[in-house]
Amino acid sequence: MQRQLANMKQTLFDQGYLDEQFIQLEELQDDANPNFVEEVVTLYYRDSARLIQNIEQALEKSPLDFSKLECLMHQFKGSSSSIGAKRVKSECTQFKEHCRVGNADGCKRTFQQLKKEYATLKKKVEVYFQFARQIGPVEKACRSK
Amino acid sequence: MTVEKIMSDGEGYDDFPAGLRVLAVDDNPICLKLLETLLRKCQYHVTTTSQARMALKMLRENKDRFDLVISDVHMPDMDGFKLLELVGLEMDLPVIMLSENGDPKLVMKGVTHGACDYLVKPVRIEELRNIWQHVIRKKRTKPKNQHGSADQGNDNQSSGEGNGPHADRNGKCNRKRKDEEDFSEDNENENEDPAASKKPRVVWSIELHRKFVAAVSQLGIEKAVPKRILDLMNVEGLTRENVASHLQKYRLYLKRISSVASQQANMVAALGVKDSHFMRMAPFEGLGDFRPLSGQGRLGSAALSHYTTGGMFGRLNTPNVNLHNLSPSTLIQPNHGQNITNSISALGKVHPALASTNQSQSLFQGIPSSLELDQLQQIKCGTGMASFNAMDNSRLRNKFSDPGAAINSSSNIFNSSTNMMLHGSYQQTMSGGGFGDQSSQNMASLNLDSFNVSVNSSSRLLDSATIQSSTTQPASLLSTEPFHSQPLPMSTTGNNGFSNDPYLQKNAIDISSTTMSLPLEDSREMHYQQGLVGDIPSQRWGEQGQSYGHGSTATFGSLNAHIPVSGLSHSLDHDSGIINEKMGVFTNGRLGGGASTLMLQNGNEKLASESRGMANDSFLLEQQKIQSVFAPRSDDPLDAMMNAMIKREQEETIANCDFGFDEYSFESGM
Repeated sequence: MQRQLANMKQTLFDQGYLDEQFIQLEELQDDANPNFVEEVVTLYYRDSARLIQNIEQALEKSPLDFSKLECLMHQFKGSSSSIGAKRVKSECTQFKEHCRVGNADGCKRTFQQLKKEYATLKKKVEVYFQFARQIGPVEKACRSK
Repeated sequence: MTVEKIMSDGEGYDDFPAGLRVLAVDDNPICLKLLETLLRKCQYHVTTTSQARMALKMLRENKDRFDLVISDVHMPDMDGFKLLELVGLEMDLPVIMLSENGDPKLVMKGVTHGACDYLVKPVRIEELRNIWQHVIRKKRTKPKNQHGSADQGNDNQSSGEGNGPHADRNGKCNRKRKDEEDFSEDNENENEDPAASKKPRVVWSIELHRKFVAAVSQLGIEKAVPKRILDLMNVEGLTRENVASHLQKYRLYLKRISSVASQQANMVAALGVKDSHFMRMAPFEGLGDFRPLSGQGRLGSAALSHYTTGGMFGRLNTPNVNLHNLSPSTLIQPNHGQNITNSISALGKVHPALASTNQSQSLFQGIPSSLELDQLQQIKCGTGMASFNAMDNSRLRNKFSDPGAAINSSSNIFNSSTNMMLHGSYQQTMSGGGFGDQSSQNMASLNLDSFNVSVNSSSRLLDSATIQSSTTQPASLLSTEPFHSQPLPMSTTGNNGFSNDPYLQKNAIDISSTTMSLPLEDSREMHYQQGLVGDIPSQRWGEQGQSYGHGSTATFGSLNAHIPVSGLSHSLDHDSGIINEKMGVFTNGRLGGGASTLMLQNGNEKLASESRGMANDSFLLEQQKIQSVFAPRSDDPLDAMMNAMIKREQEETIANCDFGFDEYSFESGM
């Protein structure tokens, strides 16, 4: 079971959904903080849902306020990198670049892509956590890298 | 020095670094949570907040509550750099910056604003395990700072330079220096305060500073010697040394102001502002002559004549004299030229002193590329107070711990005189600087911008700050020419105005060059200048002055921006608290690095407050004016700028005057 869990995690890493930072989070989880990773990830979902909504609203305006978009995306990127959401983070970077050069279409396109990645990540991580919970309170999985 | 000894002033950690009290500030909740957990893992006591203002409030409530502050750079309610400066100035706590972005320019900005370290997110726990070193380092340098020795300046510098990856290197340097300091520190302590093992820091409250200024003006700036001032002040517990160092700062401040004041003086005169500082600005008008272009004209001949008037200049030239000239009473005199030159010279002068300190260097690390060290110094001088402060950052801070009076000597002066003055002077300084051509740019920048600019990794600040308000216009103008052409109208044109004050000229040039140097280097610089100029006129008189003083012109920018006439209204609204803080911070001798931060912050804030509109509008107008002035500039961009600035200042001062006070009072209220 644990091995299965470890494999799941490894897959996530291999596919580039998560990176080293996630491992850092896991290492912070201990007896004092037994659900740390899940807490942080949940917090991330909540915060990013809000950000995504704001960005969407901003993208509907015309003309686009690139600096505001960039600012919003900066926050998004920050949280994403804090939890190790690698793919999402790279989409954020791209988005910011489009903002920087004022490429409205690029922004919109990238944002769609970003939303997709975000949704996928969320699903996969959810599965992962569910599985982990099923296994029961176990010591954190060993580093799968 | 053992850890216990270092902590002897009350903290007594059992197993340091465990138990280190950290305040973490980050608007991103995930990052904040992560940071908190990481810090807890290191066994630190963590307090978190997502709002910079809340953080400041907590810090102000109890300065001994925390040992270290970690703050994100990008925050919605306040720029991280501004917070950094404020904390450094007011509380003198080590501050570590956090950012997604590890861009060297940002890192430089952090350094110049006084950050002890700069970490890139996501932060690893290993990096956090070492942050306690900054606390120790600061403690070691603190007592010495009071003495304001060059060593201290160096130390401060080293502390400030402790960027993450280079912490080791800096640590080593610091350690080495600390050892030296320890020696002198002990000696100094013994000499100066045999009764206590550690000399208690003197807090230069507003009241105290008022007394000081009164004593100085009573004696006359030239005759104001510490002993006499001390006697006149008749304050118990104040030592001659305290007064001496405060006087030094004050002089620097005056210098700075005078350069700005020259410009402002004109305005002030027009406005009838009583601030001497403003008066100083008037001389700037003389500079205006340089540029016939400027419609403002005021500066023109009048300014020149002023400059030529050696009276003030003569005095300015002398290092100390300059200060004298700057003294409020003297400032009032419409020695336009003098003021400017004074300020410039002051700058120049200061800068030798400053130059010695690494601080100046550190302050302008980014900038100096083009500028020579001298220039930096000069700029520093310009910032006078600022630079001086840089040296004695900690000292200054101590002195001006009072937020209201936070403004270090320079600021105090401002405070007492009026915020307006500051603004004016700052602006002048700025305008002067801005006008300058490339070299003059430095000058202009000297005032505030230059510092800010240079400090701020040049364009950054400028772009954001200067541009903030309406700078769009002026910036363009400024950036291209005015600055270049007017190295300090004084200096380039051969220091017309500064004939009397060759020193000034030099300074002017230096200043502009230094300050501007950065901006000059790239277009960004221009912006900066613009921003400076623009800023000055409209908003940031105060800031400019400050920035000038501080290496961290940035701070000035911000301060000025806030304070500036138009900006004042804004700033008040917007960051009244901030402005005040800035001022405070500004003065506190953060000038070196902090100031810039402030400025920067101000600048940033200002940008934010673009919506404020008030300032912006006026600023825009000003800017336009300046622009027009500048554009033509062939040889006297500075003049034009100055004129523009002065004009603006005048216009603004009137408007700002009120603000200035308000702000100030606001500050006091804070």
